[in-house]
Amino acid sequence: MRQIFRAAWVIARRDYVATVWSKTFLLFLLGPLFPIAFGLFFGSIGERAAEAGRGSVAVIADMRDGRAIADAHLRLSGRLGRRALPELNIVAPEQDEAAQIRRLLADPKANSIAVLTGGLVRPALHAAEGRLDTLDGELALILDRAREARVMGAAVPSPVEILRRPIEGAAGDDKGGRELIARAGQTLLVLLIMILAGMLLSNLIEEKSNKVIEVLAAAVPIDAIFLGKLAAMLAMSLTGIFVWGGAAAIAAALFLAGDPGSIPAPAVGWSAFAALGLLYFAAAYLLVGALFLGIGGQASTVREVQTLSMPLTMGQLAIFALASTAIGAPDGPAGLAASAFPWSSPFAMIARAAERPELWPHLLAIGWQLLWLALIIRIASRLFRLSVLSSGRRHGWLAKLRARA
Amino acid sequence: MTDFAIEARGLVKYFDGARAVDGIDLAVPAGTIYGVLGPNGAGKTTTLRMLLGIIDPDEGDRHLLGETVPIRAAPKVGYLPEERGLYPAMAAADAIAFMGALRGLPLKEGRHRAALLMEEYGLGHAVKRPIRTLSKGMAQTVQLLGTIVHKPRLIVLDEPFSGLDAINQARLEGLIRAQAADGVTILFSTHVIAHAERLCERIAIIARGKIRFEGGVEEARARLAPQVRLGTRAADGPWRAALPADARHDGGLWRFELPESGIEPLLEALIRGGAGIETLSIERPGLHDAFVAIVGAATTQDMDKEEEERA
Repeated sequence: MRQIFRAAWVIARRDYVATVWSKTFLLFLLGPLFPIAFGLFFGSIGERAAEAGRGSVAVIADMRDGRAIADAHLRLSGRLGRRALPELNIVAPEQDEAAQIRRLLADPKANSIAVLTGGLVRPALHAAEGRLDTLDGELALILDRAREARVMGAAVPSPVEILRRPIEGAAGDDKGGRELIARAGQTLLVLLIMILAGMLLSNLIEEKSNKVIEVLAAAVPIDAIFLGKLAAMLAMSLTGIFVWGGAAAIAAALFLAGDPGSIPAPAVGWSAFAALGLLYFAAAYLLVGALFLGIGGQASTVREVQTLSMPLTMGQLAIFALASTAIGAPDGPAGLAASAFPWSSPFAMIARAAERPELWPHLLAIGWQLLWLALIIRIASRLFRLSVLSSGRRHGWLAKLRARA
Repeated sequence: MTDFAIEARGLVKYFDGARAVDGIDLAVPAGTIYGVLGPNGAGKTTTLRMLLGIIDPDEGDRHLLGETVPIRAAPKVGYLPEERGLYPAMAAADAIAFMGALRGLPLKEGRHRAALLMEEYGLGHAVKRPIRTLSKGMAQTVQLLGTIVHKPRLIVLDEPFSGLDAINQARLEGLIRAQAADGVTILFSTHVIAHAERLCERIAIIARGKIRFEGGVEEARARLAPQVRLGTRAADGPWRAALPADARHDGGLWRFELPESGIEPLLEALIRGGAGIETLSIERPGLHDAFVAIVGAATTQDMDKEEEERA
């Protein structure tokens, strides 16, 4: 056993250093920034486009009504937010109202989507059928407030100031927020595994194609090669996670300006949740990685890896679907099944950590996952040995399938 | 303590239903240079891989430096596979140290020894160069140095000379002799007989998965009688009756095996018969001739047997 761990350490150290010191690892670390940057870029474009696409409502009203409507719009926007109401463009009435309406709607500079006529007394909205439902309520709110102001005059009460008293532990908030954290934690874990576990396959193919595997197999037990490779890739993944997590923490500190109160805490607390997240990531990575290595050993070319990747990815999605049943009901039959099935267990349990405060189920789950891990590593390393060392002669089920085809 | 570095009995390996290795027995005396010879596809590599524990035999057992589980002897063994395997991005000295570390040599010590070995074998300038920038010969030398960096007691080399130019082949022969002089057992496979003839004390000839000969190089050569080459002035005459029945005329010379009675009675008969001897030479057969004869006979024997079985 000592020889296995010593040899695994030599292999893991080599693989880790070779990966982390390569230029491509920098690209790997920067990888997640690209979708975020794209998201922000296209998000801001979309926002601007949405804003521009909303247009404004031309209000044909005399000076008195116009001013009352503008004041009411200003007050309501102050309370509800600028985007809650349409922009208004107050214009003085002309002789031919019908012609004025046509001109306003046709003028590209005015960007009018509707015209409101009749002032406060007999308001009428001219707009496309699809716009009428939305604009009707919003404009009625403004006109009501304007009428109110006119009727009450100086007696209009000053805006209500509501005192803010932050509290913790509102049941509705906790449930919704924790479900959100459970979903986010689970999705993050699944995404990380899907991205990172695939690297094991390409690593193995590289090893097979440069024939190093035979040198390794002659020098150390095959279990050590298997363990070493898994450990190296896990360490490399954790390096990535620490870098990304660190960057995310810095970004959160900058953008949330020290106000994490808006994010609800998971049931086990943030520290325990983070620690469990790491443990479950490691367990999931090793469970999935061992399977990948065992099956991936059957492939000897990049094309074969691609052939294998599809069913493996579909399998991961099925596991994700099973694990997601645990969200909201971790003690239900589906939640318990997801927690017991070894490959979905880490994902189901991280969701549980967000929703239930007890820690003992996690100890039980980690023990259970370790048991399965030992079993899977044993089986997968045997499969690995049978297939990887066939030295060009094909024995794997993939080869047999191909031969039949 | 056994006198044999390697012992194997009845090794059998099937590939896709075919008996690739068919009951091989092997005993490699400690401290010798031992060659496993055979044509391509004879089962040499599979035999070596089974001996080292890279693959398990379907039948039979083997002892490597006294260990029944070969991988347990790995720290005392060096292995150069037929298909060379190095990490392309790794520095040459690091690759050597890594191979040593796999067999228990501390990395720091491995790097130190790697630098010394590379200097000794003319690669001192390439210590920090990535493998991918080295020529094929240099990369092979690096892998070979990785095979000996941990000072093994047994070195197994699978087709070590393939792909090397004449200078590197000579250098490799020197390395093998130097290791053997230090008491290291060397087992290597080859299909190029000249290397085995120059280096080996004992050989095993494998053909079609079976050992067809096992013994000293001289023993193998002694399997064939010395060859006589005779040139005469007379094209025909009574002297022709003195020639053995299997004598053949080829390129102006008569060629035949030296008769069991020796050269003197033959010479006398030739002179008496008026042959007019121009040239006469007696040549001992080389290992190459012995190899061709042994493998050829084995193939014919197997084919006859298969024919019989089919009939």
